[in-house]
Amino acid sequence: MIRPVLRRIWGLMYRHLALYRRSWPRLLELAYWPTLTMCIWGLTASFFAARAGSAGAVAFGVLLGGVLLWEIALRTQMGVAISFLEEIWSRNLGHVFVSPLRPWELLAALLALSVVRMAVGVLPAVLLAWVLYAFNLFALGPVLILFALNLMAMGWWVSLGVVSLILRHGAGAEALAWSVLFALTPFSAVYYPVAVLPAWLRPLALALPSAHVFEGLRALMQTGAIAWGHMAWAAGLNALWLGAAALLFLIEFRSARERGALLTIGE
Amino acid sequence: MDVIAADGLKKHYGATRAVDGIDFAVAAGQTVGLLGGNGAGKTTTIAMLLGLLIPTAGSIHILGHDMERDRFAALARMNFSSPYVALPQRLSVAENLRVYGHLYDVRHTNRRIAELAGELDLTDLLNRPAGQLSAGQKTRVALAKALINRPEVLLLDEPTASLDPDTGDLVRSWLERYRAESGCTILLASHNMAEVERLCSHVLMMKTGRIVDRGTPAELLDRYGRDDLEEVFLDIARDRPRERVA
Repeated sequence: MIRPVLRRIWGLMYRHLALYRRSWPRLLELAYWPTLTMCIWGLTASFFAARAGSAGAVAFGVLLGGVLLWEIALRTQMGVAISFLEEIWSRNLGHVFVSPLRPWELLAALLALSVVRMAVGVLPAVLLAWVLYAFNLFALGPVLILFALNLMAMGWWVSLGVVSLILRHGAGAEALAWSVLFALTPFSAVYYPVAVLPAWLRPLALALPSAHVFEGLRALMQTGAIAWGHMAWAAGLNALWLGAAALLFLIEFRSARERGALLTIGE
Repeated sequence: MDVIAADGLKKHYGATRAVDGIDFAVAAGQTVGLLGGNGAGKTTTIAMLLGLLIPTAGSIHILGHDMERDRFAALARMNFSSPYVALPQRLSVAENLRVYGHLYDVRHTNRRIAELAGELDLTDLLNRPAGQLSAGQKTRVALAKALINRPEVLLLDEPTASLDPDTGDLVRSWLERYRAESGCTILLASHNMAEVERLCSHVLMMKTGRIVDRGTPAELLDRYGRDDLEEVFLDIARDRPRERVA
């Protein structure tokens, strides 16, 4: 029973991976923005660190670590949403949805693809940060896995929301695939603590798993201690948001089948 | 045994009645033509049969499976081809077929692809991107995709649209042979009346969401006193009274 499921998931993954196998510009594009962002922020952080002594060195690490970790969420979210959009642009959804591929298998394939896309995009930036600025993200230790998993999960539920909106509003909503997580950046406390935000915005920030991850990152880099409370909040919030986003997707998928949107979504 | 059974099938979009209460059944091994002008409800009917569209009312059973509750069990044993639904253009023909080999859990996918490529004259095209093919070649690739899982039920939406007569004839011959060899049940929506007369044992005539007439091509020709189905189609589409044409 498991073999056909895995083959269907792999089938959709293969459809996207085959594109990358034959197109180096596509592969380059995946790593382009994370690397460019890391270079710009790395130079900026180096400039300030050189003028602020030992406190500046910690701030440098917090800033560059934040930039690289936030790219994990951004690239994971885009990895799901853009892979789904590729199906719309190629007008292939009609074939995909009349195959035995279940909606949850489609999601599993998109999520797995997003991990591949994220890894290809972010790892070169992480390695370059080590080469250019002697900043080793892996020096954070095993807790880095928790940071990364939480940020990937956030990328997943945000992208499920985006895919649901595309199912509802068609290709007109596709700009959200690139922009929606950027809009959450100010509330995610990537570059500054939640305490910097106005008091009325803090509850919004603390409802996002990313704010807890970055508070945890800052705590780790400043004190060397793992903020387990923040990690627990991040995981709990991700579970809640993922559940809500999956439910929204199923509702919108059914609604699209009722409205006939699966036939016309690319038009 | 009826392989396809639609009962009281309706699809309404607000006040628009795209399909308005149709009943039909297709027996195993039959090729049935779904005819009608633009907007008659053919594509909507096919989309409901495929599970792409949820009916407003009515039920569909394919291969004994209720398409509302158990559509994936039926979808694994059927397939679909339409010139209006594309395959990824940047993937090669072989890669496209491999994707669907995986989605339909086809055993020995590469062997099946080679088999279909040989039969549909696609061997030299296997490594070419689908976007670089001519309309005729794309149609043959779409047909190969539709046959990758050796379907027991095949739904075809205008399978020879935009093909030259030679390629159209090749596709029709291939479909005849496949049906004869496999016993596949085929539902075919088409505007090509000669194609319908050649391939179909039964015809459903649709107009404004309803089935307004049905029968074998010979029965319809006899009923309308015409020599070809095109004239029957025009009689129905234009509401020409039968007594005038008889």
